[in-house]
Amino acid sequence: MTDKPTFRAEIGNLLYAAGGNPLDACMQCGTCSGACPVSGFMDNTPRRIIAMINAGLKERVLASNTYWYCASCYQCTVRCPRGIDITGLMYGLKRYSIWNRQPKEGMIGPVFSETFVKMITRTGRSYEPVLAKSYIFTYGLPEMLQEARMGTTLMLKGRLPMLPARIKRLDNFRRMLRRIIPLGEL
Amino acid sequence: MKRYAYFPGCSLEKMAQSYHHSAIATMRVLGVELEEIEDWNCCGATAYFHVDELLAYTLCARNLAMAEKQNLDVVAPCSGCYKNLYFTRAHLQHEPDLADHINFALEEDKLHYSGTSAVRHLIEVFVQDVGLDAVKSKVTHPLKDLRVAPYYGCQILRPRKDHEDVEQAQYFEDLMTAIGAAPVDFPLKLRCCSGSLVLTNRKAALSLVRNLLESAGAAGAQVIATACPLCQVNLECYQNQVNQEFGTDLHMPVMYFTQLVGLAFGLQPKPLGIGTELVSTKPIVCHARQDSA
Repeated sequence: MTDKPTFRAEIGNLLYAAGGNPLDACMQCGTCSGACPVSGFMDNTPRRIIAMINAGLKERVLASNTYWYCASCYQCTVRCPRGIDITGLMYGLKRYSIWNRQPKEGMIGPVFSETFVKMITRTGRSYEPVLAKSYIFTYGLPEMLQEARMGTTLMLKGRLPMLPARIKRLDNFRRMLRRIIPLGEL
Repeated sequence: MKRYAYFPGCSLEKMAQSYHHSAIATMRVLGVELEEIEDWNCCGATAYFHVDELLAYTLCARNLAMAEKQNLDVVAPCSGCYKNLYFTRAHLQHEPDLADHINFALEEDKLHYSGTSAVRHLIEVFVQDVGLDAVKSKVTHPLKDLRVAPYYGCQILRPRKDHEDVEQAQYFEDLMTAIGAAPVDFPLKLRCCSGSLVLTNRKAALSLVRNLLESAGAAGAQVIATACPLCQVNLECYQNQVNQEFGTDLHMPVMYFTQLVGLAFGLQPKPLGIGTELVSTKPIVCHARQDSA
């Protein structure tokens, strides 16, 4: 029997598919962490996450909030002097954790993303009120009220839809998606 | 008359209707027709790429294939949609196997993707395709001395395309100058608005939004101009929550660049969608009207 690939190799393969240089090109300069507007809120900065992957610390990497806090702004990617697509890495880690069913507990990000995907496979279009249920119940009362007030004002201003939009050729669309992934009961 | 296949994206249907209306109206003044892609679907935003890349590319490819049937280049006003459509095309050009796989799925909707339609952001159409001289020639009400913070955000410039300068962009400023406004030096003009973190990580997002608003204010801006619906919503609609969270007193109008262009073209505020904001844009409209008096 052949050996299973290491965690480092698995993540490396995800990056290979995304383009950019491999993670062992990293020289730990920290430009990514300095460029990241969210790094102050992460339990491990992007630079540390790369070092942890290279050290094979799978459990600690997956238990980190880093990749779910990535806003996908690509500032790290365009500034990395070694040409590593760090935002692509964060996307890769999100997918890896979803596929392996082990995203960090209490994160809104994975629930939000899965709700979004299900919504699109059903209607072909985005509809804000469906998304709200993926995060609103994690809020405290004051935040929930703020959000509700903003939603009401936006609706009165005609900026929130009352009914979800859907594309016309929905049947074709869903058959198209089935040729890519199994949709199950969706 | 120049024509484009227009991909409005989900936000422009409701939340950012004002961007949609002002885009159509100002482009028409410039002799450009935006023909909406028939039966377009969501571009996948960031969330689709979090779950499955191939599925995300397929969603974008369906839109591109419909634009090809129109025989037109695609224009997207939303920076998120633009980035997804642009890089799907770039990716499929380098990966014929992936394109084959996606075309197999597209058969279900009797579509075929071949990559003939280029993808443009709406602001690129103004600045590069139409050109600043043509824009200038249509200005009847220059926004004289209006101090605007041109906010690029992320996905127009990033990831890098070819050898584009991603650090020192200047075309947004140039467009604002062309309509008579005075762009301010806005140090955070390329900084992220927090994107969907406003829903998934409220604490971080509000902090980012606060920094942007304060930076624009410190630069002396009277208004922030955006080219993306997500940037507009995050900076404008969450301003109240920023004030409650940090005890600040921010009232910074945030408008689509097309609304400012429209005012300079002498168009009426209402057809430009002005008046549906949570932070009043009255001072800006008054400024624009004063100049004409």
